[in-house]
Amino acid sequence: MIWNPQFECQSSEERKLLQLARLKNLVETLHSRVAFYRDRFWAAGVGPRDLESLQDISAFPFTVKDDLRLTYPYGLLACPEPEIEEVHMSSGTTGVPVVDAYTRYDVECWEEAMARTLSGAGATRHDTVQNCYGYGLFTGGLGVHYGAKRIGANIIPMSSGNTQKQLMVMRDFGSTILTCTPSYALFMAEEAKETGFDIKAMKVRAGCFGAEPWSENMRKQIEAELGIDAFDIYGLTEITGPGVAFECERKDGLHVNEDLFYPEIVDPETGRPLPDGEKGELVLTTLVKEGTPLLRYRTRDVTYLARGTCGCGRTTARIHRLYGRTDDMLIIRGVNVFPSQIEHALIEIEGTDPNYLIAVDRGATHLDEIELMVEVKRELFSDETRTLETLRSKIESVMKSKLGITLRVKLVEPKTIERSVGKAKRVIDRRAI
Amino acid sequence: MRIQQISVFLENKTGRLADVTLLIAKAGVNIRAISIADTADFGILRLIVDRPLEAAEAISRGGFTTRMTDVLAIEIPDKPGSLAAVMEIFKETGVNIEYLYASLEKDASTAVVIFKVEDIDHCLKIVADHKLSTIDSF
Repeated sequence: MIWNPQFECQSSEERKLLQLARLKNLVETLHSRVAFYRDRFWAAGVGPRDLESLQDISAFPFTVKDDLRLTYPYGLLACPEPEIEEVHMSSGTTGVPVVDAYTRYDVECWEEAMARTLSGAGATRHDTVQNCYGYGLFTGGLGVHYGAKRIGANIIPMSSGNTQKQLMVMRDFGSTILTCTPSYALFMAEEAKETGFDIKAMKVRAGCFGAEPWSENMRKQIEAELGIDAFDIYGLTEITGPGVAFECERKDGLHVNEDLFYPEIVDPETGRPLPDGEKGELVLTTLVKEGTPLLRYRTRDVTYLARGTCGCGRTTARIHRLYGRTDDMLIIRGVNVFPSQIEHALIEIEGTDPNYLIAVDRGATHLDEIELMVEVKRELFSDETRTLETLRSKIESVMKSKLGITLRVKLVEPKTIERSVGKAKRVIDRRAI
Repeated sequence: MRIQQISVFLENKTGRLADVTLLIAKAGVNIRAISIADTADFGILRLIVDRPLEAAEAISRGGFTTRMTDVLAIEIPDKPGSLAAVMEIFKETGVNIEYLYASLEKDASTAVVIFKVEDIDHCLKIVADHKLSTIDSF
């Protein structure tokens, strides 16, 4: 279902005119109201008059996460403080929190973006949305909440955790749409299985999953174990929260709400814009934000842009499912490699649980050498050395054909690779560069 | 009769074999035959013990990857030419051997050889046809 055909199915010419008008307005606002941007523009030698076409945006400076930290809490505010009606922020586990402030209009736009997102997964006013994203400073919980309210659906604000209660509510209130992180969806399925609860018999038919990277394989697993359709959604605290981009029933990339957010793909090294279809870092500009608008924000997420009308009828640009983060990217003999690509390739080799570690080193030849350590689990183990050697060379050849890099596979004992509660450590770079 | 062999995946690191044998010792299990196949990076330890299930569980709980495999333990008279005679039978009847290793003698006059073959049912039939003696426990 398309929530807002006027903006989602707009012709490309009309959309470009709208984006340019909004972008001009944004640059003027930032120039006149935000000292931080005024200084940046001055340093870069650009001003509001330098924006005559959408392409001109590439002359303007980027905004990075550290800029947001340095201006904490209200340094990037572009409206008078009393206009602010709501504030969200990142958890700040890696430093000072990143703040996003919303005016009444900003919250309305967020509702709109999330109504489109939930509609992409087929939600209507007849649905019951069980929202298991955390409520609070995190944008996930309230973002989905606002979208579901805008649609007119019944919203159950569960927040995260308390899985037994989640299952009880799912059964007793006949939830039809589930919203949570993909890993929590699988956790729920597991817990259901352990307690003899038939989760597949529930009325849930679709789920909107985001807030963490996940793979196509994980989608298949969620769909099989919960008996639902799983949709990928994308957003980030700095840029409003969820609702930046979402999948439709075609599941062929995530539609960017382009009238609200302007996407660019740039080379993460040089910052130069890359053409459509080419993989690089996603850069986002908020087109209508009043509270804390951002110009050319470096998301560090790696993807590519595809344009053209989708089978669903939407004309908005689509981003491919995220490949990884620029911070995780490895350059091996000039080839860009993401740990997630290695993970996907490993999953495809039957039985290989992706518990792996990548060690990069410069060998005696001064060329990059990469060693991939893969844990040998029971399913992979054989009493014959030949079988294990075959497995090893199979992984090596799959990596060669899929990633275009030559690496050496080392089979290691289970649990030799360090487990961490949060983000697993996947890469050791021993190169002295 | 077939018997169960425990295989254990070992990285080539100092002390791993000591770790496994300690786990077996703590379980009070007696090792009857042992062999290691090694490559540059890893080794596969193969064990025949008196109580295989208990031993395998103790080793797995110690964090090792283990696997049970059916193998044959054939009694062979402890004199020149006995092994050659068995091998000749296997050669003639098309028994394909993956690997073999010797075990402790059961008594002074016989040796026990552990065989891992490609097709164990076929091999059992050949063993029966030629009245070779297998043992089913240690």
